Amino acid sequence: MIRIHNRFLQNLVGSVFNLLPILTVILVFQVLVIHQPLENTVNLLGGTFLIIIGLTFFIQGLEIGLFPVGETMATAFAKKGSLTWLMAFSFALGFATTIAEPALIAVADEAARVAGNGGLIDNNKGARIDYALGLRLSVALSVGLALVVGVLRIIRGWPLQHLIMGGYASILLMTAFTPREMIGIAYDSGGVTTSTITVPLVTALGIGLASSIKSRNPLIDGFGLIAFASLTPIIFVMAYGLIV
Amino acid sequence: MTAIFDFASIIVETVADVIPIAATIIGFQVLVIGKPLPNPKQTAVGFIYVILGIAFFLKGLEMTLFPVGELMARQLTSPEFIESQATSEPLTWQSYGWIYLFGACIGFSTTLAEPSLIAVALKAEEISGGAIQAFGLRIAVAVGVAIGLSLGIFRIVTGSPLYLYIVAGYCILMVQTAFAPKLIIGLAYDSGGVTTSTVTVPLITALGLGLASTVPGRDPLIDGFGLIAFASLFPIITVLGYAQLAELLARMRKRSL
Repeated sequence: MIRIHNRFLQNLVGSVFNLLPILTVILVFQVLVIHQPLENTVNLLGGTFLIIIGLTFFIQGLEIGLFPVGETMATAFAKKGSLTWLMAFSFALGFATTIAEPALIAVADEAARVAGNGGLIDNNKGARIDYALGLRLSVALSVGLALVVGVLRIIRGWPLQHLIMGGYASILLMTAFTPREMIGIAYDSGGVTTSTITVPLVTALGIGLASSIKSRNPLIDGFGLIAFASLTPIIFVMAYGLIV
Repeated sequence: MTAIFDFASIIVETVADVIPIAATIIGFQVLVIGKPLPNPKQTAVGFIYVILGIAFFLKGLEMTLFPVGELMARQLTSPEFIESQATSEPLTWQSYGWIYLFGACIGFSTTLAEPSLIAVALKAEEISGGAIQAFGLRIAVAVGVAIGLSLGIFRIVTGSPLYLYIVAGYCILMVQTAFAPKLIIGLAYDSGGVTTSTVTVPLITALGLGLASTVPGRDPLIDGFGLIAFASLFPIITVLGYAQLAELLARMRKRSL
């Protein structure tokens, strides 16, 4: 029990340090550049306290919850030796976490508005809702597929750099053909797919898999799942912009 | 009262995020693996900690960083402020000095506090046996986000097309990937993907849209986007660069011995 408390304290101190740069930036800009006193000191202090507590709980939860779950599942699938089920699990995890992602919903709605104004689709509410939903589905599909390919790569030991360079090459090629309005949205969509809860789980899954296969190095082979999950949405959104 | 209601709605949203994940895990655990999780109680506590942690964190951000950051983004991009700082007429890209600095600072500091990056960095330190320092990795990523955001702001100010920068960035990246130490590649690309989530996205969206609506001749719909792309591309370049530099230094040290 004492050890847990120490760990908690350690995390707490770490969180304070993590927050210092943000506070410094706010204070310096507020005082030196904008020359305005801080509006609400109570809110600022209370909010800072909440952020520190939040980060501490989050890291604690990672260590006792998300990381172990990702790793035990990876080991269990590796022991079971069924590639099909592992791939089904990876796809389900990628699809399920992405389809409900609030940041993605926001980007998809924005994209529908741009497409409506740009004349790519009919500019009415129904067409925009269909467009946004289709976009979300294709991004979720792409993240599911990304995890399947990423897991296959870890198992087969394919070199990551070849796959990634292939992916970027196809993005470059597709950029040339995509309508100009869609390019920014497509690139941005790659950044919004991986949520705070998915990242630790997926990282632990990859590292757990790479550690349970003898000839794989967790550092070389374990990372890279998130890289795929941020790459494929760009391709799929561009393809969606081209097809629809 | 509204604060409590706000907080409850954040918790509901976070729980809604977790439900599909938990359903997938439990479904596969029960139906396919056929065994319960080894430590169900501890795991449940861990998930609750994570949900609470994210909720507290977001609520805290809503009370501090988001309003101040958005206010500052608005004020720094307001025509009056820019004209008061400008030394030359008409406005050139140099007139926006404070905004580049603000973008870099906000990118750097929010990235250091980004929960998903903390998760990846902790894992990297653990499995590399401490050879990769979590804090060093996070600094390298934060520097990348800072550079990316300033460059992205420069692009909005000058109105040059996004694809030029992205294509150039990808070309640099592909060359780096071909020569970088194999150990770091996966980690570098993963840390690029996690830089932009809870903390950074709302702020840089406000900054991008604010700038695009202030700078004459910019269309918010076309020029307001793309900052996220800059913020996920440049950290990969800096992390790979950092690893390449470390390798180069180690090689030079070996040679001089």
